[in-house]
Amino acid sequence: MSWLSLSPVEFQALTLSLWVAGVSVLVSLPVATAVAYVLARCQFWGHSLLNALVHLPLVLPPVVTGYLLLLAFGRHGVFGPVLEIFGLQLAFTSAGAALAAAVMAFPLIVRAIRLSIESLDPKLEEAARTLGASPVKLFVFVILPLIFPGILAGAVVGFAKALGEFGATITFVSNIPGETQTIASAIYALLQVPGQEVAVARMIGFSILLSFGALLLSEILARRMVRR
Amino acid sequence: MTVTLDIQMRRRGFLLDVKFNAPAGVSVIFGPSGSGKTTLLRAVAGLDLVDHGHISIDHVDMAGVAPHRRAVGYVFQEPRLLPHLTVLGNLKFAQKMGRLVSGQSFDDVTDLLELRALLQRYPVALSGGEAQRVALGRALLSAPKCLCLDEPLSALDQDLKQRILPYLERLRDQTKIPILYVTHDAAEMARLADHIVLMRAGKSVLSGPVSEVLTDPAAVPFLGIRAAGTVILGCVESPDPTTGLAVMSFAGGRLILPELVQPIGHKVRIRIAAQDIVLANKMPNGLSALNILQGVISDFHHGQGPGVMVQFKVGETFFLARVTQYSAVQMGLALGQTVFAIVKASAFDPAGIGS
Repeated sequence: MSWLSLSPVEFQALTLSLWVAGVSVLVSLPVATAVAYVLARCQFWGHSLLNALVHLPLVLPPVVTGYLLLLAFGRHGVFGPVLEIFGLQLAFTSAGAALAAAVMAFPLIVRAIRLSIESLDPKLEEAARTLGASPVKLFVFVILPLIFPGILAGAVVGFAKALGEFGATITFVSNIPGETQTIASAIYALLQVPGQEVAVARMIGFSILLSFGALLLSEILARRMVRR
Repeated sequence: MTVTLDIQMRRRGFLLDVKFNAPAGVSVIFGPSGSGKTTLLRAVAGLDLVDHGHISIDHVDMAGVAPHRRAVGYVFQEPRLLPHLTVLGNLKFAQKMGRLVSGQSFDDVTDLLELRALLQRYPVALSGGEAQRVALGRALLSAPKCLCLDEPLSALDQDLKQRILPYLERLRDQTKIPILYVTHDAAEMARLADHIVLMRAGKSVLSGPVSEVLTDPAAVPFLGIRAAGTVILGCVESPDPTTGLAVMSFAGGRLILPELVQPIGHKVRIRIAAQDIVLANKMPNGLSALNILQGVISDFHHGQGPGVMVQFKVGETFFLARVTQYSAVQMGLALGQTVFAIVKASAFDPAGIGS
């Protein structure tokens, strides 16, 4: 079974990918939920603009998104000096990889959550309000539980996207083994060298397994929600 | 406690202009669909905003008060239970949503509406009638200062309505808050109302205690011929010795009824529709009808059709009878004249007898 055992570099790529995808989804979810709620429920000047802005990473070439991130958060970028004050560096770090993945996954997460908010029956909210639910309690005790399947779907699709993100990541944080080399960039790196077919196949296998596992987990969770 | 309102609202080419006072007890808001009944309730609950005027609940002005701070319990036409919570969860939700005053006790409400067996179920597993009972219980547990019921029985079939009406009667007799009850069903109105507000095209045209409004000849055009009549509040007495039939006494006399489920000494409430009364100007004999009441004519109403509504007074109670113009002339009916009212047996439909 030697062909199954991972080299240290491959193992690092695997754990880093999981970390990057996990962190990016966790950080995105609250923001995405808030943005989805605003887009679904509020009418205001600039609504279309916000909507377009959220969807931008979906339509821009990932390389462009990565480059824009570099311009914004690179050491000499717009926010670079501010980050430096707090001793933070994003470009060429794993935190930066998480940021790139989060930005790329964000539109997908927002879309999934927004759909579930739009499918909520506003009549239930009226009923809850007459029972004395303040806007905050309404959100926590009625809206949040009811859109939970949507949040879950958003989390899974975001996780999968973050796991496979390549273009923006490699542009923003490069491909440094142990620091920013995720599964995708590891596969890319392996493909550059002849004779690494077994390693490539192994990484691809793990990549499929991870994505599949995430889907399965979400399916089980969703099923459990419905059964209640 | 009381609800006072005097409001004007413009809604898509439709002006709602309503003014009335709802004291404790059930105020039925009666009118055809599209007359603004639901909009009126939504305004009381703060779900729709009022253009002009004011609403006060328990002498507190509701202007600018958000729905969740109004303490108005609302039962919609459909149950609107929270699908992610069990029946127990829905009831606890109402309690928890934190009005500072405590409402009716959980046990009282679950007993009143017989919800105990349903507590662990999710809303999807409830029948229409069960779900509506839960919705009612939930509204009660939110410690309301006023209850708005918007045709809560309209989605239910006749049989279920008959089973839920007793719960509503009990609720009416046990709570001391104003209940605004919207319906276009005359039988429901007759069974539940303490007060009636008649609505027509966005306006409140007539309001007052049930016995006055239903026997007011001027209300007939708004009630419709079938709904006009008398609601009599009475008391069950021991059965008639000669016939063995149930007897009910009221302010004005006694009525013999074919069947009563209420035990002796209990209050009963029956409706006698204007079309179920036959008038005679002499004491008739040789009739199969058991109930013949003697009264004095107090008012007339000539409608557009061939009929005349005759209001007469038996003791303290007003009755309404519908006769044809022709008969009225033939009999020479006039104000102050003594008449004998024969009440048809069909008037005592068990479904129309409440407590």
